[in-house]
Amino acid sequence: MRGFLSVYKREIISYFSTPLAYVFLVIFLFFSHWLPFQRNFFELRTASMWLFFDGLPLLFIFLVPAMAMRLWAEERGSNSIELLFTLPITVPAAVLGKFFAAWTVLIIALALTCPMVLTVSYLGNPDWGPIVTGYLGSVLLAGAYLAIGSFFSSITRNQVIAFVLAVVGCAVFLYAGSPTVLGVLHRAFPMGVVEAVESLSFRGRFEDMQRGIVALRDLAFFVFLPAGWLAANIVVLRRR
Amino acid sequence: MIEVKGLRKSFGPIVAVDDVSFSVGQGDVLGFTGPNGAGKTTTMRMLSCFLRPDAGTATVAGYDIIDESVNVRRNLGYLAENVPAYNEMTATGFLKFVCDARGINGSKRRQAIERIAETCSITGVMHQLIGTLSKGYRRRVGLAQTLIHDPPVLVLDEPTDGLDPNQKFEVRKLIKNLAKERCIIVSTHILEEVDAICNRMIVMDRGGIRADSTPRELREEVGGSLDDIFLTLTTGETAGRSDAAKPEPADAREGGGQ
Repeated sequence: MRGFLSVYKREIISYFSTPLAYVFLVIFLFFSHWLPFQRNFFELRTASMWLFFDGLPLLFIFLVPAMAMRLWAEERGSNSIELLFTLPITVPAAVLGKFFAAWTVLIIALALTCPMVLTVSYLGNPDWGPIVTGYLGSVLLAGAYLAIGSFFSSITRNQVIAFVLAVVGCAVFLYAGSPTVLGVLHRAFPMGVVEAVESLSFRGRFEDMQRGIVALRDLAFFVFLPAGWLAANIVVLRRR
Repeated sequence: MIEVKGLRKSFGPIVAVDDVSFSVGQGDVLGFTGPNGAGKTTTMRMLSCFLRPDAGTATVAGYDIIDESVNVRRNLGYLAENVPAYNEMTATGFLKFVCDARGINGSKRRQAIERIAETCSITGVMHQLIGTLSKGYRRRVGLAQTLIHDPPVLVLDEPTDGLDPNQKFEVRKLIKNLAKERCIIVSTHILEEVDAICNRMIVMDRGGIRADSTPRELREEVGGSLDDIFLTLTTGETAGRSDAAKPEPADAREGGGQ
């Protein structure tokens, strides 16, 4: 893994020495807190973070690709990729270094939503299980979106294209499990296909975690799916 | 220290480099010339392990560019054509990153950066963002990146392009000083530069090598100035027309610049 730490460090410095991380954090914190209140958080009359977590998959669909689009497209666009890969840094180390740096920023963003936790604990006696697993699910979901975004960023030197493709990619994986999509599929395909599509979706798994259910197969899914996208990312960069 | 055997690279239908072989030893400064699109940059990118050759191979400092590319990159200082760097970083931050990536840490890193800033005369701009530097300073920061680990092999793609005459003089002097115990490839369009710093010269055109010799031998063989020789070798026109515009073939193919 030669070069992983140096790439990781450089990326983190780059996020926080430019407005990038701050703009991202402010926008994310604003919308992640605004959404539950806009959806009548108080009228729910329960001290739970359900509404908060429920809004995240949609919010992430736009914000995570915005974070991921620069990862490789910028590097290609400014040609600094030629510098990066003529240093003794291997492709997997560079891909993972960038991925984990961006994921770190996303995890910091989630950690900064603690006022929400304080709010529900002030308002009542929240059930801590679903809050912990909800956060776990959010971190994993962000990582999965990020891996998809990182892949699409590596296939183009245009950041706008990378963003659009990543949004579509993430949306496909999120909404594949929605009842509407599954209903349509059910009319045309055998049950096996419908079940396969549903099992590829983030939706059901994230909802389970929101409810406090952490199944081993869901954890495995959130490890192997991003790993697959990152492996594809490595293959693309090796074929430069 | 550099052995190139039958390198070939094509981009789609365009063959950028076709069966190129040569070798460069310690103490050699090889001048790499040829019209735009001749395949110089592509060859250098393959030597620096940025591009993978379609066929053929090369060894740099005894390591194979395909199978031992990390070792090649460790022993190589490569200055790319347009001096890629991270514009949002300061020169110091950038050089720190390069040191990290090359395994130069702690007090060694501080010493290396101080030493190289002195050598490349960039001490005054170390805390400026690279994106705000002038072309000349930017190139010198690139040169600092290339030299910071004191590599035995240097591949420099147009190191003096965009520099003012004084800076050109400085860089040439630097290359000459570095030459003794190293092996250096320098690509350039400026033939007087070949005369000034190189003891070997390769003329490339349309992906192949047209001449591999010393500037003096070429003069004896083909006759005339280096400009005449360049014209004869790359266009086939007879020498003695050095007044004519420098040959920049209209069909210079884009592939070589990729």
